[in-house]
Amino acid sequence: MAVDEKNAPRRGAQQDRIDRRSRNRNWRRHHVLMARQSWSRLFATPLPTLITLAVLAIALALPGFLLTGLKNVQQLSEGWDHEPRISLYLSPAMDDAAADRFSRELLLRDDLAAVDLISRAQGLLEFRELSRFGNIVDLLDENPLPAVITVQPLDRSLVALPVLKAKLQALVEVDEAVLDLEWLQRLSAFVQLTQRAVLVLGLLLGLAVVLVVGNTIRLSIESRRDEIIVAKLVGGTDAWVRRPFLYTGAWYGLLGAALAWCLIQFSLLTLKEPVAELARLYLSDFEPMGLGLSGSLILLLTSLMLGWLGAWLAVGHHLRQIEPS
Amino acid sequence: MALISFENVSKRYLSGQEALSNVSFTLREGEMAFLTGHSGAGKSTLLRMIMLMERPSQGQVVVGEQNLAQLGRRELPYHRRRIGVVFQNHHLLFDRTVFENIALPLQICGYEPEDAARRVRAALNKVGLLDKENQSPISLSSGEQQRVGIARAIVHKPRVLLADEPTGNLDPELSEEIMKLFQQFNRVGTTVLIASHDLSLIERMRHRTLVLRNGRLIADGRG
Repeated sequence: MAVDEKNAPRRGAQQDRIDRRSRNRNWRRHHVLMARQSWSRLFATPLPTLITLAVLAIALALPGFLLTGLKNVQQLSEGWDHEPRISLYLSPAMDDAAADRFSRELLLRDDLAAVDLISRAQGLLEFRELSRFGNIVDLLDENPLPAVITVQPLDRSLVALPVLKAKLQALVEVDEAVLDLEWLQRLSAFVQLTQRAVLVLGLLLGLAVVLVVGNTIRLSIESRRDEIIVAKLVGGTDAWVRRPFLYTGAWYGLLGAALAWCLIQFSLLTLKEPVAELARLYLSDFEPMGLGLSGSLILLLTSLMLGWLGAWLAVGHHLRQIEPS
Repeated sequence: MALISFENVSKRYLSGQEALSNVSFTLREGEMAFLTGHSGAGKSTLLRMIMLMERPSQGQVVVGEQNLAQLGRRELPYHRRRIGVVFQNHHLLFDRTVFENIALPLQICGYEPEDAARRVRAALNKVGLLDKENQSPISLSSGEQQRVGIARAIVHKPRVLLADEPTGNLDPELSEEIMKLFQQFNRVGTTVLIASHDLSLIERMRHRTLVLRNGRLIADGRG
């Protein structure tokens, strides 16, 4: 058999040394190669890949969407938090002049920022306009509504407000004092509860992402069994064998997140008009927020890590079982 | 200098079956030897111990200056890089070309691609398959496939070349050709150990022959 003299080893027993620099270069090259190969492998079987990605996207979009919604509600309630009001329902016996006098007295107090009187007639007019019971009011002989004074406290802290409310309630002219903050407090408690629920849901769905990617990688490991065995036989390290699978997992995570991002943005888009309509009805200039740059980045990075983690768990578990025999 | 040495090596499986019992021998650097015996005599087990695919129940195996009992899971790949192995079923990957199959050990060891390509072609040249580098191994005859397996085993110039029934599927003529190939590698300094039950072929080759029977080494001498 012809032996190429130039390329023939002088002595087969001498193994060549590879210097550290070229080994490092080769290590980087292998990373790039594996990243590319695992990318193109994903699309070698487009349908199963797409189904997996769709599952991942839904699992990621749900908490992402809910968190964005919550963020909006929080922003909304924060906006309201800044203007707590106390409504003072005056005793029905008081006439308009007395109510007006009382509101002027209130103006002199140093713990109120603003005082706003809604006279009995004004109240009836608003009631007629805003409710459907206007014609019922017509049946009544006289105006059943009391005059109302809404005041804006100077001290807006949650401790001071109930104290002020109690003080105002104690005044003889006041029939009942209602702190508008109460429903806001309830709302914020509700938001907190929902937040916790979404967090738990997010954790569960994150786990689902890890498991879905893990299972996909497990199948991929099974189908590449021969390759793994040969690599191990010729001296491939665990890291070397693991690498393509870790990249596959990371790609799944990243692509799943990208798809989830589209789903979330699309859902928000469909909600945009009804929300704007609702805001208009409340005379608010509320503008709903999307995921934003940081939200999008968090979504992508979290998902990338989850995909990588799923692959890492699957590979760690199965690669030990595949040994040449 | 002893390159491979077995000292009172025994291998007992959990089932109680004894694959090797009290085997001792040394193989000097640059030596070529055959390992023979009926199937189940322990030939494969012995080769697998050199590859660290199995560990002895008793005794120790030393390759180079390295006592294999001291090698952990992490060092195992680096140990295997010093050894080339040829299998009866050659373990080729059919989803890549002949060239890529042979380049795999070099890629794993960290050779530069140009350097690797040069070495792959040199190895292909030695086994006479230079014109087949872009083909899939599946399109080759079984003799050619075995030669691709050999090229892959020697491409990174291992100190030791092991072969487990490398001619098991081949006709006598091809078998002799493969054995001559092993002799060539041995001539340039590679230590070669071949497990085979083809006694007539072994006799013709006139190399040291180790005979196993029921896990015991019963003969060690010139064929």
